[in-house]
Amino acid sequence: MHAQVNRSASDIALLEGLARNEKDAIEKIYRDHYHMILHMIMINNGNPDDAADVFQEGMIVLFEKSKSKDFELNCQLKTYLYSVCRRLWLKKLNQQQRFGRQTDDLEQIAPVEEDMEVHEKRQQEFNIMENALQKIGEPCKSLLEAYYLQKKHMQQIAEEFSYTNADNAKTQKYKCLVRLKKLFFAQYKNTP
Amino acid sequence: MEDTLLIDAAERYIKGEMSPEEMTYFEEIRKNNPELDQAVVEHIFFLNELEKFSEGKKFRHQLHETAAKLSDEGLISKSKIEGKAKLVYFWNRYKRTVAVAASIAGLVSILSASIISSLNRDKESNIQPLVKQINEQDAKYRKLEKQIGQIKTATIETDAAAVKQRVESKFQATGFLIDATNNYIVTNAHVLKEARNKLIIENNKGEQFLTQSVYVNTQNDLAILKVIDADFKKLPPLPFSIKKSNADLGEQVFMLGFPKEEIVYGEGYISAQNGYEMDTIYCQLNTSANEGNSGSPVINKQGELVGVISSKESNAQGVVFAIKTSHIFRAIEEVKKQPGNNLIKVNSKPTLKGNDRVSQIKKLQDYVFMIKGN
Repeated sequence: MHAQVNRSASDIALLEGLARNEKDAIEKIYRDHYHMILHMIMINNGNPDDAADVFQEGMIVLFEKSKSKDFELNCQLKTYLYSVCRRLWLKKLNQQQRFGRQTDDLEQIAPVEEDMEVHEKRQQEFNIMENALQKIGEPCKSLLEAYYLQKKHMQQIAEEFSYTNADNAKTQKYKCLVRLKKLFFAQYKNTP
Repeated sequence: MEDTLLIDAAERYIKGEMSPEEMTYFEEIRKNNPELDQAVVEHIFFLNELEKFSEGKKFRHQLHETAAKLSDEGLISKSKIEGKAKLVYFWNRYKRTVAVAASIAGLVSILSASIISSLNRDKESNIQPLVKQINEQDAKYRKLEKQIGQIKTATIETDAAAVKQRVESKFQATGFLIDATNNYIVTNAHVLKEARNKLIIENNKGEQFLTQSVYVNTQNDLAILKVIDADFKKLPPLPFSIKKSNADLGEQVFMLGFPKEEIVYGEGYISAQNGYEMDTIYCQLNTSANEGNSGSPVINKQGELVGVISSKESNAQGVVFAIKTSHIFRAIEEVKKQPGNNLIKVNSKPTLKGNDRVSQIKKLQDYVFMIKGN
């Protein structure tokens, strides 16, 4: 089941801000909801460090949600975030064999199972790509990051990496990309 | 079409940089050449992955910056809890486990449990758990060492990429099999504190296997893990038995553990029947043990397990504490009550008795593992 968000104007604005990676949106969500998550984790065998970690991961789930094409929430952002963080924390507790009290108090819980599965897959893909980038070494890593992450122009990259011209840089970039792709798929195809 | 051309075309295609004529032409050759089409599909998928990664990376960066700012403001407290608050915190954390034994004996254990827990983090304390924390530099060096090892074996391996993703560990300790049929491993509970994501065992050959903890008891510091990795090859029944009574004073013992990246042998004797400040959970050994020895099996001359190394007195030389075996039996009984783990059983065919030490070690070492995780 996909959780959907209520059409609360401010929630929608925040999620749109999140999708555009806006600092203010992130900060606002922190200010509005961090204490709620901290409290939930503290009364469930956690500490402030756990809360900081879980909240960050919850924000990533929210970000992925805001980026997805079919993104809709039929509950408040607050409820959604609470449900996601609660799920993340219960999973952690389970892994560590610490037993939580699982207080569901008065908060409404949204169905987030499917989103969590998507998140886990995304996280896996993210890690594979990160690993692959680590493995290709320099200058490939910086070169590809400059082009694909920082979206710099070939001309600029050529200057920064002291290639004689943009075409040379481009050839080098292709070679690097092919290697990255190989490394990525070697692992990607091995993951269930 | 060459690879580079193909990549270039695919990139311009998804960016929408192609002219209508070129797009028609491109789609045409894709239609007529399924192999090429497959390559394009794969590359577009890969570029999308890269784009998602790029966005995710930027978002995480922004997130960390914001968290750091709010942490400075005090909205997010990341401080370690100190003093009294810590006792309360540990009390909160463990009170449920502890409540099960809600007797006077239970109450005594609560006190000692919280004391042990808080001692663990206190450098000034007199007991030092023997789990090894691996710092970043050390980890890098180890990784390098492992990579060299892997390159050496790469001649046999078909493809370096097919080698399982290695777990970068935040700590290192020791554990050993107590059920070679269903693959259960004993180690110390304090070892698992740092294991938040993955928990693995590694044998003397450097092969890693995924495990899961099925029992953690912070009071007697015992933990039982189950190997859940399909690649793990079953070993014959245990070559050692587990002694039911306490070890005798003066009994000669030896142990195998992983204070470094290879198995290390140590000798000593039982120097007292109880542990630090007469703690009856432990017995005392005179031997040397180092960080990483936590969870090492202590074996007597007859080839019987008499204890599990747990900690040492930090301001005295050679005073090491081991958990008595009676607690292992109790732990096994507890695990047996769990639905998925009711088959746990010590299945041993003691073959160590009467052997010289070297052959005892040879038989034993395959049953001892590094415990790692992150």
